Amino acid sequence: MTDQAATNGYKSGSNLEKVLRAGHFAVTGELGPPQNADGDHIREKAGLLRGFVDAVNITDNQTAVVRMSSIGAAIIAIQEGLEPVMQMTCRDRNRLAMQADFLSAYALGIKNMLALTGDHQSFGNHPTAKNVHDVDSLQLLGMLRDLRDEKKFDCGDPIKECEPRFFVGAAAAPEAGPTEWRPYRLAKKVSAGADFIQTQLVYNVDAFKKYMEEVRKLGLHEKVFILVGVGPLKGPGMARYMRDFVPGISMPDHIIDRMTKAATGIPKEEKQARRDAWRAEGIQVCIELMQEVREIKGVAGVHVMAIEWEEAVESIVEGAGMLPRPVVE
Amino acid sequence: MITGEQKPLEEIKGFLTNGRKVLVVGCGTCVTVCFAGGEKEAQILAASLRMSTKLGGDPKEVSDVTVQRQCEWEYLDVIEKEVQEADIIVSLACGIGVQAMAKHFPEKWVVPGLNTNFLGLPEEQGIWTEQCQACGDCILALTGGICPIARCAKQLLNGPCGGSENGLCEVKRVKKDGGIPVMETDARGRQRPVMEDVECAWHLIHERLSSLGKLDLLMEVQPPKDWSSSRDGGPRRIVREDLLLLDEG
Ligand code: SF4
Ligand code: SF4
Repeated sequence: MTDQAATNGYKSGSNLEKVLRAGHFAVTGELGPPQNADGDHIREKAGLLRGFVDAVNITDNQTAVVRMSSIGAAIIAIQEGLEPVMQMTCRDRNRLAMQADFLSAYALGIKNMLALTGDHQSFGNHPTAKNVHDVDSLQLLGMLRDLRDEKKFDCGDPIKECEPRFFVGAAAAPEAGPTEWRPYRLAKKVSAGADFIQTQLVYNVDAFKKYMEEVRKLGLHEKVFILVGVGPLKGPGMARYMRDFVPGISMPDHIIDRMTKAATGIPKEEKQARRDAWRAEGIQVCIELMQEVREIKGVAGVHVMAIEWEEAVESIVEGAGMLPRPVVE
Repeated sequence: MITGEQKPLEEIKGFLTNGRKVLVVGCGTCVTVCFAGGEKEAQILAASLRMSTKLGGDPKEVSDVTVQRQCEWEYLDVIEKEVQEADIIVSLACGIGVQAMAKHFPEKWVVPGLNTNFLGLPEEQGIWTEQCQACGDCILALTGGICPIARCAKQLLNGPCGGSENGLCEVKRVKKDGGIPVMETDARGRQRPVMEDVECAWHLIHERLSSLGKLDLLMEVQPPKDWSSSRDGGPRRIVREDLLLLDEG
């Protein structure tokens, strides 16, 4: 039996797919699994996100640090009533391991899969590890599409019954170099099989608008759902760090200024008050970014990355006027 | 060419505990050109080992000899006598030469004096860079003569990844001088290795194809690579029937 009938013409029938296809402005979140075997950690974070996002990305050994696997954490998320977007990087698995995990993930109820290259192991806690990169993220997209639409494995062997049917996502880094190539790279991801895109954190809306102009010229906004990455800043230090050290993020001065000024007038000793002021401003900046990108033609949603700050998600989504989340039958 | 760097003297000395007579064997080809294991380096290493083992109270008799190529049997025959007289052979050739020595002199204990690094290019005086990983299925025609297998940290066939910025790769490299990491003291007074920038191979590929008007080559999604022609298929072998010496019986 295939599940195609059960998905009613949807590719996967995931909530995220339904929300997007119904024309709603989607909101996804992010949940980083813990560096231990504590399932309650996921349950607590899930409680902070449930009802405020349409689906939540479960990261895969993010920043190349060993954590609970994305497949395991995604299953706990499902048990908690949260729809996962399972992430898979090309760093840790070859094509055999990837496809085996796709079969397991689908059997366990996971319906969205995000194909990523993966951070290099030198950034993580096992810098002496060997990396895999048997396939790259575009080839991984093609693999996911063919498993679903062609019902065949990467080697060409047919899947006799019950093919894994994922709503397939990819990442995009509009501000990474060479910037003139980035819209074309998106085009390649679409032709490789991406159904939706989540971008790297966007703070420079002007630059992002230029990117979207090119994306529209290529007609890509009509072929793929584009969710813009946004995230609340915790303070001016974080903003400067992103500007200076995170490749692919363009951080405009006016945001750094805003974050700095947020605590003006609060004495240095009052650490908690300064921290609160910064965080409130960070949430406000994030809300405004969401409202701005929503107006850009071809943007289908936002991907809220509140890294280790899941508590902020409710106020952000609410502040942006994006609650309650739609229910699509 | 094959590039290498000499191992630290202490490490080489550690290989010599079970013998008295040591023969250092240099190689006159690649490792001579990269100043790691030629005649001069063999002589210097032999002298250093003599001096250092003497000072350490366990003096070794160290001599040296250099052949034109350690990876060809005929050149190894020439040093049969020197090899037979030694207890331990320190080969200053690349890993191929070390293995050729071990195979040619099965009763001898052969140890490496070099770390064989990569297939590289002498970029400028004193600098060598990796260019090829001998993947067995060359794709340089697709990438404008720049190899992402050897030069992209993630071996992407459809790059660049999101870590490329200003022409540089997100992955930095530990700066080394003569194989030894260069250290610096950070703001908190801790020692840490100095990192240096690495060019993003896919940025270079994009630039080159763009300047040659061949960006359309990049629009195609490259399928997963057949790695069976690379080392993943097991040790490789080339057989040329036309060159085999036929038995004239
Ligand atoms: S594609 Fe393969 S054979 Fe060609 S340069 Fe790169 S590693 Fe060497
Ligand atoms: S930044 Fe460039 S060289 Fe580095 S991993 Fe990404 S594509 Fe490869």
